[in-house]
Amino acid sequence: MVHFRSIKELVERCEREQKPISEAMIEAEMAVSGRSREAIWNQMAQNLEVMEQAVKRGITEDIRSRSGLSGGAAKKVQEYLARGMFLSGHTVLDAVSKAMAVNEVNAAMGTIVATPTAGAAGVVPGTLFALSEKLEATREQQIRFLFTAGAIGYIIANNAFIAGATGGCQAEVGSATAMAAAAIVEMAGGTPRQSGEAVAIALKNLLGLVCDPVAGLVEAPCVKRNAMGAAVALVAADLALAGVTSVIPPDEVIEAMYRIGASMPRALKETALGGLAATPTGRALAAKIFGRPPAIEPQQTGD
Amino acid sequence: MKYRSVFDIIGPIMIGPSSSHTAGAARIGRTARALFGREPKEVVITFYGSFAQTYRGHGTDVAIVGGILDFDTFDPRIPRALEIAAERGIRVVFRLSDEEAPHPNTARVHLRDGRGSLELVGISIGGGKIEIVELNGFALKLSGNHPALLVLHEDRYGMIAAVSNVLAKHAINIGHMEVSRRERGREALMVIETDQGIPGDAIQEIAAIPHVLAANYVQPV
Repeated sequence: MVHFRSIKELVERCEREQKPISEAMIEAEMAVSGRSREAIWNQMAQNLEVMEQAVKRGITEDIRSRSGLSGGAAKKVQEYLARGMFLSGHTVLDAVSKAMAVNEVNAAMGTIVATPTAGAAGVVPGTLFALSEKLEATREQQIRFLFTAGAIGYIIANNAFIAGATGGCQAEVGSATAMAAAAIVEMAGGTPRQSGEAVAIALKNLLGLVCDPVAGLVEAPCVKRNAMGAAVALVAADLALAGVTSVIPPDEVIEAMYRIGASMPRALKETALGGLAATPTGRALAAKIFGRPPAIEPQQTGD
Repeated sequence: MKYRSVFDIIGPIMIGPSSSHTAGAARIGRTARALFGREPKEVVITFYGSFAQTYRGHGTDVAIVGGILDFDTFDPRIPRALEIAAERGIRVVFRLSDEEAPHPNTARVHLRDGRGSLELVGISIGGGKIEIVELNGFALKLSGNHPALLVLHEDRYGMIAAVSNVLAKHAINIGHMEVSRRERGREALMVIETDQGIPGDAIQEIAAIPHVLAANYVQPV
């Protein structure tokens, strides 16, 4: 059986066969698609290049979305870092900045890689490129980072969901954060089991997060939620590398995410009818951008 | 399993801002275009659920029309798709519906020209992945991830064997297949997703089978 249906199955296979998660993902992809290792590797390398370009654009150019709701935050954080006086740590803030860079480029209808979605596309490349600097990662390690992240996303997507419209932001930024946390662990030399713990720790802390984009745009709060996702992923990876384990195993955290998402009201699943979108400022911005207030959701009776 | 490839998760490369509302919409439009087989003169698009609520902010409208113009998810012309359609003389109408839909991200696409019309319902299930769930009134499931053959035929015995015999002769393996009909004994639609591409002569051979009304081939989008 080439598919892995759970984190448990993936981790056990990696331990039994003495291989990293990235390798298990590459082998599964080869088996399922019938394509060569080289073709699969090159396609991932191409994704990596698009991500790198998006990060670069976001931290150097003056990005502004059409609505004006987002743009410029990534660059601001880079300038702040360059001044040398900051609180939380260089790698964390660099990852935060690079994550926002991708989302700002996305909001401006630039080219990105959906990872796993466009709204959550910043977390994985943000942590990847910040950590690459710190660990002086090779191109091969960077590509493996994406396969490891992909393996986790693959399990989450098949057992729960990855779209805000079906599961809320926990399904988007939550999944991206869990994916990044596992990949960070592997890049830093941790074990597949530690990657699994990082998934559980990261995702637990984003459970319940709703999808409530102002004016229905993938901008506010999405850009900053990607920033925080990057920070959570790094800290979750550090905890796992320190030997901290999750009381609830990763597969059960994923299942909890599914149940929470299934019972989340529709107004909080990318309809722009609840949460931050329904605040006075959120509604005023929507009216300003579209020239009319958004429709008001009829009272939910629960489903 | 809904997601089979790592590139469903890390990918697609796309123009922002939303994988489900922009890239997925483009893929639904492009699948409709592929099934129609040519550029339509008239397009009517109905959005349901989250698509109806947020299409403007996500560029769902430009993306789906971009797809109908045969643009890929990363085509930089997507933001200008409505203008390009107008320049090409294509009439585009959008409708919003608050009816119950199979999925929060659902679009109904109706394409028409002097020679014919096509109507399909597509859903965008996340990360840019889509499914076509209805085609010209037939319920079906088409992912757009694999080469697919759609055979419209009279609902009678022996049709599945006749079609699969041709595929077997050309050494084409069937990955997924289903048959649906609106009414017993009338027309039925066979949807066959294959592992290999299907050559033109195999398609012609299938189209020539007695009681086959039409055979349509779509490449992955």
